[in-house]
Amino acid sequence: MSQGKDEGKLEDLYLITLRNGPFAHESFSPSEDLLNFLWNECKVLVVGAGGLGCELLKDLALSGFRNIEVIDLDVVDVTNLNRQFLFRQQDVGKPKAEVAAAFIAKRISGINIKGHHANIYDQPREFYKQFNLVVAGLDSIDARRWLNETLIDLVETNDDGTIDVSTVIPLIDGGTEGFRGQARVIIPKMSACFECNLDLFPPQISYPLCTIANTPRLPEHCIEYASVILWPQQQPFGAGTKVDGDNPEHVKWIFERAQERANQFHIQGVTYRLSQGVIKHIIPAVASTNAIVAASCANEAFKLATYIANPLNNYMLYNGESGVYTYAFETERREECPACGRAQPKKICVSPKWTLADLIEVLREDTELRVKSPSLTVSSRALYYSSPASLEQATKENLPQSLDCLLEEGCEIFLTDPALPLGRKLQIFFHKCSKKNK
Amino acid sequence: MLKLFSLKQKKQSAQEQTENKTSSNKTTAAELRLQKDISELDTGKTLSVYFPDKNNIVEFIVYCKPDEGIYKYGCFAFRFKIPPTYPHDPPKVKCETKVFHPNIDEEGNVCLNILREDWKPILSLNAILYGLQYLFLEPNPDDPLNKEAANLYRDNKAAFYAQVQRSMRESGAYYSR
Ligand SMILES: [Zn+2]
Repeated sequence: MSQGKDEGKLEDLYLITLRNGPFAHESFSPSEDLLNFLWNECKVLVVGAGGLGCELLKDLALSGFRNIEVIDLDVVDVTNLNRQFLFRQQDVGKPKAEVAAAFIAKRISGINIKGHHANIYDQPREFYKQFNLVVAGLDSIDARRWLNETLIDLVETNDDGTIDVSTVIPLIDGGTEGFRGQARVIIPKMSACFECNLDLFPPQISYPLCTIANTPRLPEHCIEYASVILWPQQQPFGAGTKVDGDNPEHVKWIFERAQERANQFHIQGVTYRLSQGVIKHIIPAVASTNAIVAASCANEAFKLATYIANPLNNYMLYNGESGVYTYAFETERREECPACGRAQPKKICVSPKWTLADLIEVLREDTELRVKSPSLTVSSRALYYSSPASLEQATKENLPQSLDCLLEEGCEIFLTDPALPLGRKLQIFFHKCSKKNK
Repeated sequence: MLKLFSLKQKKQSAQEQTENKTSSNKTTAAELRLQKDISELDTGKTLSVYFPDKNNIVEFIVYCKPDEGIYKYGCFAFRFKIPPTYPHDPPKVKCETKVFHPNIDEEGNVCLNILREDWKPILSLNAILYGLQYLFLEPNPDDPLNKEAANLYRDNKAAFYAQVQRSMRESGAYYSR
């Protein structure tokens, strides 16, 4: 083994990777290769360097992962310091990913860690492709859906239609909200993905509008009254200005109106911080919840990398609100999942001189697609909508146009149709000689 | 048990990266879902939809023209804005026609449970269209946004009806058949 075996601090890693045990996965075989892989090859991407991210980085690095990259767009804020322990007062204003990576690199010798102060959306597919494992500690549903779909799109299929497992990158996703949290293991195209059970994700808390308007009982009701009902009425910062939770003047205005309303209804507890929290839909972060959920995620990462034990199958929820309640269960993969259930893009060869109407006719006659009234878009641009009437009117001018005026070679078209439970991607290729199969 | 596969696959190094920037944060799943919802809008004969920009279907207007009940012959415009988090979060809907209605206020806020607390990703835009139509057929005075309207609706249907007619005339909601 390359790294010094004499280091006693690695003793536990040897114990669990060099011996068999009753909890090991059936394909586990004790070997020095496991640690070699962990140290020298296995590349992990940590997405998010916030509350969960700090815990994840610490846990992964101390568990033996030595090739870690972390990506986060945020900079350190003073309110992070209570729980995001890789940051210090002097780091306020600096990029989280870079500060966190530097801290870990200093603390753990021999580690190869890199921070990216960047937006996940801006990274090319190739960036994600280089990792064996992605661990996410995000707080936005948008980012999770995007990451989920990106990893699904990286999965390639063999010629016989089976999945090319070398292209599968597991996603371990942690999430916390106050005293609640969850960890899940997503093996793209093989187990349930984020989109398969979007319903499982806790909905944003919202209150009935009539309660807010007439029978407030909670401080939150008063704050929502000020931001949802009074703001549009009074337009305090000029017509059309939207509430910005990061603008102190906006928050102050809402806080003061909410306080007036709270006094009127004898409701306690409206504060400036709560007002900002309600406007920005912030649920207070609890350091221990982050620690618990991140620990579970790091466990799963270690198990997936070594098979010393069976990985979580596939969802763990944790609730520390009254004592401790936790439960692991298997979420089912949905055949009709719009992300992982979708068929591969269908390649269509057309002549560039065909009209859009010709293409639609060919699609209608396709025995695999079986569509009746397709609607087509290309990179969010409408090509043709068969319904509703107003969109049909607005797009039918495209029907007599030739495809080379409307499309570019190789582009992807989104096809939806009432007969398809999901949409389908089509990839368009131009062939001068293409003839309609009539 | 989870189907077995090995993580031990050689990954290409970062140096082999080709520049191929993806700049969209939209997911295909979200776009396909919205395209499907839009192309399957069930407008029937009492609704019509107008898209200010056919290439930006996240914003549109639904005209609701009840063909029976108190609001018969009215035409009420609702502006729909689809958030990027749809269908996890519901569309934002505002009534742009002034109307005297127990569940719609002066600012056009609409009190419909599936627009807020009871929204679920499994619901579609059609569920909201049905909800809006129902609101004109059966106003709900128990969950009022316009208290004056709710009280009048409960206590004096004739006066309520007259007030509705007046408000429809004033706001130009009447449409000629
Ligand atoms: Zn799925």
